[in-house]
Amino acid sequence: MDILSVAVQNLTSAPVLAFGVGLLATAIRSDLRLPEPIYQAISIYLLLGIGIKGGVALSEVSIQEVGMPILGTLLLGVTIPALAFFLLKGIRKLSQVDRGALAAHYGSTSLVTFTAAIIFYESVSVSVEGYLTTLLAILEIPGIIVGLLLATRGMKRNVPWNESLREILAGRSIFLLAGGLAIGFLTGNTGFARIDEFFVALFPGILTLFLLELGIVAGRRLSDLKTSGFGLVIFGIAFPLISGSLGVLTGQLTGLGIGGSATLGVLSASASYIAAPAAVRLALPEASPGIYLTASLGITFPFNLTLGIPIMLQISIYLESVGL
Amino acid sequence: MLKARKLVVIVVEAGLVTRLARDVMAKGAKGYTVTGASGLGPRNQRAGDLEGGNAKLETVVPEAVATEVLEMLRSSYFPHYACSAWVSDVEVLRDDRY
Repeated sequence: MDILSVAVQNLTSAPVLAFGVGLLATAIRSDLRLPEPIYQAISIYLLLGIGIKGGVALSEVSIQEVGMPILGTLLLGVTIPALAFFLLKGIRKLSQVDRGALAAHYGSTSLVTFTAAIIFYESVSVSVEGYLTTLLAILEIPGIIVGLLLATRGMKRNVPWNESLREILAGRSIFLLAGGLAIGFLTGNTGFARIDEFFVALFPGILTLFLLELGIVAGRRLSDLKTSGFGLVIFGIAFPLISGSLGVLTGQLTGLGIGGSATLGVLSASASYIAAPAAVRLALPEASPGIYLTASLGITFPFNLTLGIPIMLQISIYLESVGL
Repeated sequence: MLKARKLVVIVVEAGLVTRLARDVMAKGAKGYTVTGASGLGPRNQRAGDLEGGNAKLETVVPEAVATEVLEMLRSSYFPHYACSAWVSDVEVLRDDRY
């Protein structure tokens, strides 16, 4: 399985192609949009489905097996935003607040990138530990908090922590993931067998529909690239490679397999564009959405979806082969 | 029979509408109406693209409250957020409700 054929296989998968069609729709100024309630329903379906599957998997492993990966993920959740904040000093025109906002986005993670990775890895017969969803839920939160802390360091201003934390914890991303994990954990394989037609067989198709919409939204962000500057584009592509490699390495060191490590790499490489923007908007009004949304949704998301996912797999295969 | 009041209309990015409603009530409004909104403003730069666009909050209040609400918008919302507001004269029947 060489890197080129894996990359081509990913690029020609239906979800990624649907994302491309969405981009195209924006490029030709089509008025295509998924209706808002359907978008909301699909995102609930994806979050709950991912959560339930993860919970079922979690019910079948021992604490010892997941303990180390969870610890490693927590470490990543703190390290990655700090690293992003530090490296962004290289882009001079960014203020401290904008750097912190970006750190919050890159420290957190993207459910859709994660889902696309799992579906793709399964399609090339690489198995992924089911409990990776737990790591997804864990990695969503600390990055945002670290980013907000870094952004407001030394500032004489009250950060609305209550409101922002509420937005993160009670927002539907975390709530549905955690709720799904609990459902899956309690119902186990027996209970899941009764609903798996809905949550497994339909899943890739519904993800395809969701990516069509995300293509349209990301396409609208692309026009902001002209004003965002070249440095941000470089960051949006280079940083996921760095954070992703850290993630794969952490996966290998904490005992995950090839697929699990690659997926932890994808999680680390991905940037949030739903939970983090909402929290950042409330806590850091000075930070420009034109910068953080453009970077996470306009640059990093398409990069990870097309190239990041196969690249993380290759890094994982390489690290495994050198005996980590 | 009719009493004069001010109608304050505020359009804001949807993610902020909970905070705005709380702030407006804190300034003395007795109620409000929120509806979804979409359109174009001079900033055209929002975090709300994925989360429901804009919301329009309307509230009918005495003139003094309207002034306070506008002052609050000027200090806490206009500098950083996609937010637009205007005021017009309205008349109401049951003035104790507004």
